[in-house]
Amino acid sequence: VENVRLLNRFSSRKAALGTLYLTATHVIFVENGSETRKETWVLHSQISSIEKQATTATGCPLLIRCKNFQIIQLVIPQERDCHDVYISLIRLTRPVKYEELYCFSFNPKLDKEEREQGWKLVNLKEEYNRMGIPNNYWQISDVNRDYGVCDSYPTEVYVPKSATAHIIVGSSKFRSRRRFPALSYYCKDNNASICRSSQPLSGFSARCLEDEQMLQAIRKANPGSDFIYVVDTRPKLNAMANRAAGKGYENEDNYSNIKFQFIGIENIHVMRNSLQKMLEVCELKSPSMSDFLWGLENSGWLKHIKAIMDAGIFIAKAVAEEGVSVLVHCSDGWDRTAQVCSVASLLLDPYYRTMKGFMVLIEKDWVSFGHKFNHRYGNLDGDPKEISPVIDQFIECVWQLMEQFPCAFEFNERFLIHIQHHIYSCQFGNFLCNSQKERRELKIQERTYSLWAHLWKNRADYLNPLYRSDHSQTQGTLRPQMAPCNFLYKFWSGMYNRFEKGLHPRQSVTDYLMAVKEETQQLEEELEVLGERLANLQKSQLTDNKVESKQQDRSKQLGLSTSNNSLANTPQDYSNDLKSFPSRSPSQGDEEDSALILTQDNLKSSDPDLSANSDQESGVEDLSCRSPSGGGCLPSEDSGKDSDEAVFLA
Amino acid sequence: MLRSSQPLTGPNRKRCREDEVLLGTVLDEGERGFIIDTRSAQAAKQARMTGGGTEPKSSYPQWRRLHRPLERGRPLQESFIKLVEACNDTSANMDRWLSRLESCRWLSHVKAALSTACLAAQCMDREEASVLVHGAEGTDTTLLVTALAQVILDPSCRTLVGFQGLLEREWIEAGHPFHLRCARSAYSHARLKQEAPLFLLFLDCVWQLSRQFPFSLEFSERLLLTLFDNAYASAYGTFLCNNEKERCLCKVKENTHSLWAWLNQPGEKTKYLNPLYSHNTLVIWPSVEPQSIQLWQGLFFRWIRSSQYVDEAWAEIQRLVEG
Repeated sequence: VENVRLLNRFSSRKAALGTLYLTATHVIFVENGSETRKETWVLHSQISSIEKQATTATGCPLLIRCKNFQIIQLVIPQERDCHDVYISLIRLTRPVKYEELYCFSFNPKLDKEEREQGWKLVNLKEEYNRMGIPNNYWQISDVNRDYGVCDSYPTEVYVPKSATAHIIVGSSKFRSRRRFPALSYYCKDNNASICRSSQPLSGFSARCLEDEQMLQAIRKANPGSDFIYVVDTRPKLNAMANRAAGKGYENEDNYSNIKFQFIGIENIHVMRNSLQKMLEVCELKSPSMSDFLWGLENSGWLKHIKAIMDAGIFIAKAVAEEGVSVLVHCSDGWDRTAQVCSVASLLLDPYYRTMKGFMVLIEKDWVSFGHKFNHRYGNLDGDPKEISPVIDQFIECVWQLMEQFPCAFEFNERFLIHIQHHIYSCQFGNFLCNSQKERRELKIQERTYSLWAHLWKNRADYLNPLYRSDHSQTQGTLRPQMAPCNFLYKFWSGMYNRFEKGLHPRQSVTDYLMAVKEETQQLEEELEVLGERLANLQKSQLTDNKVESKQQDRSKQLGLSTSNNSLANTPQDYSNDLKSFPSRSPSQGDEEDSALILTQDNLKSSDPDLSANSDQESGVEDLSCRSPSGGGCLPSEDSGKDSDEAVFLA
Repeated sequence: MLRSSQPLTGPNRKRCREDEVLLGTVLDEGERGFIIDTRSAQAAKQARMTGGGTEPKSSYPQWRRLHRPLERGRPLQESFIKLVEACNDTSANMDRWLSRLESCRWLSHVKAALSTACLAAQCMDREEASVLVHGAEGTDTTLLVTALAQVILDPSCRTLVGFQGLLEREWIEAGHPFHLRCARSAYSHARLKQEAPLFLLFLDCVWQLSRQFPFSLEFSERLLLTLFDNAYASAYGTFLCNNEKERCLCKVKENTHSLWAWLNQPGEKTKYLNPLYSHNTLVIWPSVEPQSIQLWQGLFFRWIRSSQYVDEAWAEIQRLVEG
């Protein structure tokens, strides 16, 4: 469709005129323009909702909201075209078969072996080995080898040595969705462990010998403690209500040597609504400080984040400080349980704070343990009541921790944001379907590519320059302050206002420091080489001019020019906020103010336009003539690292 | 950019030839200027009853008046006290924290101050127009705006030495009554009538700028904290008294040492430098959206929670940059 306008949400005057394309996998807007030809690409998988708004004199507005919090506002001149686009998008964003998803057509031009190697990058067996398993207390069990015991669990589960197949099977029959207690994390220093399961089908009085034996087995696998904690991450009321439906929680009287604990994290529906409310706050036009803070509090979002974090802290403390094993569950053991186990693991083990370790963590507690990616993030068209930002909350917990402990993580914020992006993008096969079983049936590893390999290849973009493996913050357990600490939880504008460049610091400290680090390293290497050559000069008269000039060029490229144009920025809208002070007299001020709308129109043209958000991807064969870098920003202003283009380059 | 106090128009709409001529000399034929009045239009109008007022359009035809009300005086001090109370309240749970923060209004004041300063800067930089800033007395919100605007506009004000010069000019010499304003701070029950944390509000705004432009200020947060401390209680005479006249009478320069002299010593100075600084000749335009304005934890939680991890991060940054 031609003559479509792409509006800038913060300044309606900066609308771009161009052509809108719909392909099998993307929505693409190409700006008319002499040199730039800026393109905005959006994957259908990313689209969360499409809203057709009332037709105005200028055309028919179409609002596209994305799962990665990007908002695209288009204005289509003809109502009929708008309607066609709307209907098409509705269909395109509600795929019925997995094969419709982008990952099955995405082609990063790797051969079969490279694809296979990519999938092998993260290996859970190696991970459990790293933890020290198998050992005297824990072993790998193949009782679920054909998914015969639990179809949402992996084929390889880790259980206490004293848990026989009989006990496991018996216990699984007493657990919701047959998700029996299995090992998530083992601390070899003190033998304490974190196990996870779903709720027991205890109702008001039902018992199961094998399930009780299972918990005993977990306790016995830790000779250092004579009891285990059983942590139910639900609010007490909800857990009690479940009893009426024949489910519930463990009775301390029936299970010997357990200490039971409710933690009180709300369910997926509450979280879905919470995010919705928070996004509504983000969409407010020129909110006052009051609007924003009230809205944020009203959404309850940060309160939920803190609840998840507190649960993780409790479990980490139990393991690290008390040396007591913990069994965690919620209702089905695939949402809150996953969040809480992975937060706890992150706090306990510095390995998970490395880039590789983090990928392993997600693979372990989310992918292998059957978190329902399809249902939660809407790969395919499904029940809207199943949608919930569960993994988003976990990712935010990690960000909150990064803010509190800036030196503790090997990776940076961008890493988290890109992972979140790709959970929804379906560009890679890692987060498809609801279980390992489904993924194997679809032969995901043979037909799609692994995100981990892609991120690993680009890992230089994801490093935290402040990380040093020998730093005190990176050793041992992280101990976030529990109280007072409410103020420590900040609104993550890097995620929820990701595409509103005007909001963020214009200068990326991370990128700058990474460049400094690189340059320092280069200079040190150069120094070494020069030192050697000096020694060699004693022996021979040869001067290797070629090598010299090549090295000089490289350090020039890295040269940290201070007058870089990424520092330039334009004024924001300062004339709007008049709501905070009620005493405005209508007679006097109004005319003057409206006459003084200091917006882009009045500005000098010398400022480069840095507020563009281009969401560009390559690798789609039918439009392969578009080169990734050409379609983005002007070469002089694009530092590459600061834009989101890096995500999509295959 | 000019600053003054309010014109004494009074209820009878008095005129003053000299004042009109003075302002007239600033503008060329056909040029226009902006007057930024830091009181609401209502408050400015009411000021006439007590002898003050605003510049009538008819007498100052080339000047366009804009009202940008900024909080000052008693309400600002209350805002500060409430915020400090909220921060110190260890019993507050997550549910109520944000609404408590909101009810203090402190961040709203930060947003308003930054917006107004940016507006003044915009007038000058984009409209290429002269600006006159005043409130009522010209000693509080006026100085907040003019000083902030200069940090935004002028790269030399962002250097360590330049910033000190800015403080000298726009706060100390300009007659901000430090002795009255920075008396007992937030814990005192005395509730002095003249006390108000304008200078702290200024420092908070500068901190916001440093967060949004981490490479653009030569000085670090530590300098801002030190200035805050010294405004209230100091071993140096820099922030003593209320104006130059009083300092003269008290012979401050003869009897005390200057804070700047101490800060600028080579050994001391390094503690106040920002390791990321790189001279930026451009104007820095901050975002004043609520998401961009954060609570200055380094100040408000200074004694409540350890800044160990953040300090370690800065130490690491220092190490990397020194390289």
